[in-house]
Amino acid sequence: MLAFLLTLVALLLVVIMLAYAERKVAAFMQDRMGPTEAGPYGSLQAVLDVLKLLQKEDIVPAAADKKLFKLAPILIFAAVFAGFAVIPFTPTLVPAGIGIGVFYLLSIISLDVIGLLMAGWGSNNKYAMLGAMRSVAQIVSYEIPAGLAILSAVMICQSLDFQEISYQQGLLMNQFPGMEGEKNWLLGMRELGINTTAVGGITTWNIFRAPLLLITFVIYFIASLAESNRAPFDIPEAESELVAGFHVEYSGFRFAVLFLAEYSMMVLVCLVAVILFLGSWNTPFPNIGPLQLASSTTGTVGELSGMLWGGFWLLSKTFVLLFVQLWLRWTYPRLRVDQLMHLCWKVLTPAALAVVLLAGIWRLLMI
Amino acid sequence: MKYKSGFWEVVRSLLSGMRLTWQHFRRAKNRRAPVAVANESYFKQPEGLVTLTYPYEAIPVPDNGRYRLHNEIDDCIVCDLCAKICPVNCITIESVKATEDIGMTSDGTKKRLYAPVFDIDMAKCCYCGLCTTVCPTDCLTMTPVYDFSEVDIKNMIYHFTDLTPEQAEEKKLLLEKQQQEMAAAKAAALAARKQGG
Repeated sequence: MLAFLLTLVALLLVVIMLAYAERKVAAFMQDRMGPTEAGPYGSLQAVLDVLKLLQKEDIVPAAADKKLFKLAPILIFAAVFAGFAVIPFTPTLVPAGIGIGVFYLLSIISLDVIGLLMAGWGSNNKYAMLGAMRSVAQIVSYEIPAGLAILSAVMICQSLDFQEISYQQGLLMNQFPGMEGEKNWLLGMRELGINTTAVGGITTWNIFRAPLLLITFVIYFIASLAESNRAPFDIPEAESELVAGFHVEYSGFRFAVLFLAEYSMMVLVCLVAVILFLGSWNTPFPNIGPLQLASSTTGTVGELSGMLWGGFWLLSKTFVLLFVQLWLRWTYPRLRVDQLMHLCWKVLTPAALAVVLLAGIWRLLMI
Repeated sequence: MKYKSGFWEVVRSLLSGMRLTWQHFRRAKNRRAPVAVANESYFKQPEGLVTLTYPYEAIPVPDNGRYRLHNEIDDCIVCDLCAKICPVNCITIESVKATEDIGMTSDGTKKRLYAPVFDIDMAKCCYCGLCTTVCPTDCLTMTPVYDFSEVDIKNMIYHFTDLTPEQAEEKKLLLEKQQQEMAAAKAAALAARKQGG
């Protein structure tokens, strides 16, 4: 229960920061100023937006399927929020550490699609319906390259446990129960004879242990943009043609929940990208000879220092990825539906399949 | 025209797009200054934010800019020229002849009329500035104020008269009385001439 509340509060804070960052980043990239009035540099703008939404009337259209309409936002948010349960925030803190975390995450996020369809259908509005159908088609399609990309990372790590994957990518590897004797080799190759277990830092991140995962990371990141309905894959919500997509009929608190779910999804996919590819909560600095950069920025497991460093690195890497998401949104125009499907089925999926195969071979070399 | 295509071309163009937005993001610390159009740097802003925080900063208007009208009623001789030239009929003037000496305008013209009503409907005004050019005493001028929106459209009618309704009524009565007296005097003089003739 405590983990639930803490995660919820932390998520709300991150989402509010993200909403503010989105407005400011968008403004700066377009040579505007963004919010300046509410609080210093407009920093309270996002808070005020939420307060405004909470005060608005809760409208349920007369011709809507009221049960579905009311249930949909809760289901959408619950599906995304449940994904956070298996995310390891620090070496010792996982809301619910289960051995099949990756599998659980993929399946619980797929539930999101049902919520979207409920919202679109329940609204009894053609724009909402079109938006929901596009959204579902897009998410279902992009789950395949995203899933394959995650699969190759899982194959390299030989684990479905996010925490185990995290421990593998850093100095603390031998402190995870069951991995006491394991060793990290440069590029994952024992033949090279360079033991990086005590070097840590970026040399033990998955993208460095198996450089192949760099391609996988790009594939996953593109697919995750599509899964969270972000530009340039935002055709489900295309403001200029569908008004707002599946949530066009929602107002007030329900809209706030949908908004929160959307931004939580962004945070979640970035967290997963960081954990699977970018070294999770591990420091990016390696130990180089006498310079103990990694050790001094890792802290001790189980103590406050370990918690703080872990959380700090995980969050800062996530924020970098989130910034890239915003950056992409304000750079690229929206894809057409056929371009979207072309990219998914003819480019990303074959590439992801090839990478899965190569990841298997790489794993054989790593033994 | 033939476009280059292929994987690396696409990657290159995607990256160049990201570089562009990144440069704008990085240079967002520079801002344009609220300088007037006469300033040399007005049309030269190579980088940085282009917007101003308007109510706090504003671009100064040029000296010959045509914005809200103002009538200096002390200098007005109520000649009605402005109301006549106005293409949209936004100026309404009523005049009452003064019975006594009411002084001079600041440029030395003698004032002979009171203006119980001198209204300009700024909602109708087309900002052509004709009224200011015809004004013989230069009392009607264009000011640099351009931000004067109102919640109630009635407030867009500006009243420039310096008489209260009671004073205006008083002046009207005075004029009537004087005219009656003059008429009576005229009638008396006529009767006297008839008698004499």
